[in-house]
Amino acid sequence: MAEPILSLAKVHTYIEQHHILQGVDLSFMPGRATVLLGRNGAGKSTTLRTVMGLTPASSGEITLKGRAVQAMKPYEVAKLGVGFVPEDQAVLYTLSVEENFRLAMLSESETTWARMETIFQLFPDMKKFWRSKAGVLSGGQKQMLAIARAFVNDHDLLLIDEPSKGLAPIVVDHLIESINHIKNHTTVILVEQNFYMASHIGVDYFILDDGRTVHQGLMADLVHDDGLKQKYLGIA
Amino acid sequence: MTTQTATAGLQEQGGTDFKKVGVWIASVGIWFLPLLWIDPTTYAVLTVAGLAMGMLIFLTASGLTLIFGLMDVLNLAHGAFFVWGAYVGFSLLNALQQVGWVEGAGAAQSIGSVLLCLLAALVVGGLMGIVLEKMLVRLTYGSHLKQILITMGASLILVEILKVVWSPNDEVVMVPAAFQGSWDIMDVIITKFRVVAIVVGLVVLGGIQLVMMRTKLGIIVRAGVENKEVVETLGYNIRRVFTGVFCAGAALAAVGGTMWSIFKEQIHPAMGEENLIFALIVVIIGGMGSVTGSFLGAIMVGLAFNYVAYTLPPLALGANIMIMAVILLIRPTGLMGKE
Repeated sequence: MAEPILSLAKVHTYIEQHHILQGVDLSFMPGRATVLLGRNGAGKSTTLRTVMGLTPASSGEITLKGRAVQAMKPYEVAKLGVGFVPEDQAVLYTLSVEENFRLAMLSESETTWARMETIFQLFPDMKKFWRSKAGVLSGGQKQMLAIARAFVNDHDLLLIDEPSKGLAPIVVDHLIESINHIKNHTTVILVEQNFYMASHIGVDYFILDDGRTVHQGLMADLVHDDGLKQKYLGIA
Repeated sequence: MTTQTATAGLQEQGGTDFKKVGVWIASVGIWFLPLLWIDPTTYAVLTVAGLAMGMLIFLTASGLTLIFGLMDVLNLAHGAFFVWGAYVGFSLLNALQQVGWVEGAGAAQSIGSVLLCLLAALVVGGLMGIVLEKMLVRLTYGSHLKQILITMGASLILVEILKVVWSPNDEVVMVPAAFQGSWDIMDVIITKFRVVAIVVGLVVLGGIQLVMMRTKLGIIVRAGVENKEVVETLGYNIRRVFTGVFCAGAALAAVGGTMWSIFKEQIHPAMGEENLIFALIVVIIGGMGSVTGSFLGAIMVGLAFNYVAYTLPPLALGANIMIMAVILLIRPTGLMGKE
């Protein structure tokens, strides 16, 4: 079996005095889109933020492509080829769409600009609003920008935190389509509350509850397992 | 959906544009008010003086605003960079006097000495900035109280060192010959160095805007002012960027000090703190983190100080604090601050 691209072993994270992650064990296989599921407050977003070094792990090991990264700073993790799309459409409002992309480009090379062509095909609005301030974009467009921005670099791994939050169903469908295109090139790890979106993107899944990994398996099986969905996700 | 959003966006922008124009007309118009009681010739002289003063305050304030906006660091040692710049310039002018580049110098030599002074101040200020940031300021990220205490302490020490190296008394600064005296344009007396100050201020403003708007570094800094975390996760070491900004800010403050010393033709060790008060007022008026805001604020403060100092001298500084209070009442984030 292939080596996991990213794995977490017994990871604990505190935010101030709160013990958010209480021993998370996860491993992600290259090329297999994986969804982190769980209720509000289960620790899904914190897991991604801990991998990025934004809320550093207090103990445990995080291994990225064979390297221990738990003590690294966010910019170091990013430079190892990890793209991060934070929740809440975190684009830079005062910068133009163009500047948002230029900021994201680790090198402004020919190949990077060639990737922009693909991005324009996937997200035509980005071309349309190229010179506008990102602040004037709609919620859906901001989310597209946040994802497309992570896609300009040749990342091995892309962490996406709740992209569907607050978006209309039709926009969610477009997002699913785009992420499914991206996952052909990059290993995608998705945190998602929207089970419809999660099931249309994920191949593997993990369920977190109270800061621990409680279940894992193939998305195709979970879709039919009403008991499990009821127990941990509150849906049937 | 997209078109709707776009139209809505445009309308909204149209609305703010209209409001903006009104605000602009009012804010420009108010500066002609003093003409009601000051005669036009004096008004012109005061305006040039005010613009020059504003430009020099801007040199200090521009660094301060970026340091605050980017890293949320309140740097009260900024005045120390300013006064060190002033004394470095003063000493260099004394040295240049020995070779005849100051008193009795030609135009080229005068320009040369001023440029050399600015360069020396830039280097000294920049070095002091890097050392202070790496040694002290770095330890205080996230705590305003610690920042105020430690930068205040650093400032006191730097000023005391300065008194030891130079002297605790006032010193007279020699002005290069070509910039001495004034021009008389239709009875309006324009001190030559004021014009130099305005030119230097505009060049620095242009330079900063060019870097901020046209380079990748500028994009990173602007993005960092808005959201550090996103910039960090895109692969940039924001602390290193910040050290650079701190260094540049300190260098600009030192340049401001040198310009100020030649402008006033005298220096004293407390001039840093005096200038820092103006710079802080300007940063607050302009909005934390906005260079353009600082520029507008500095011009306002410079002009208001001169008009009021002519009309009612004891109120000069008080008037600026009042302007600040009024602006904060109307716009709590300052002229160009983040909403």
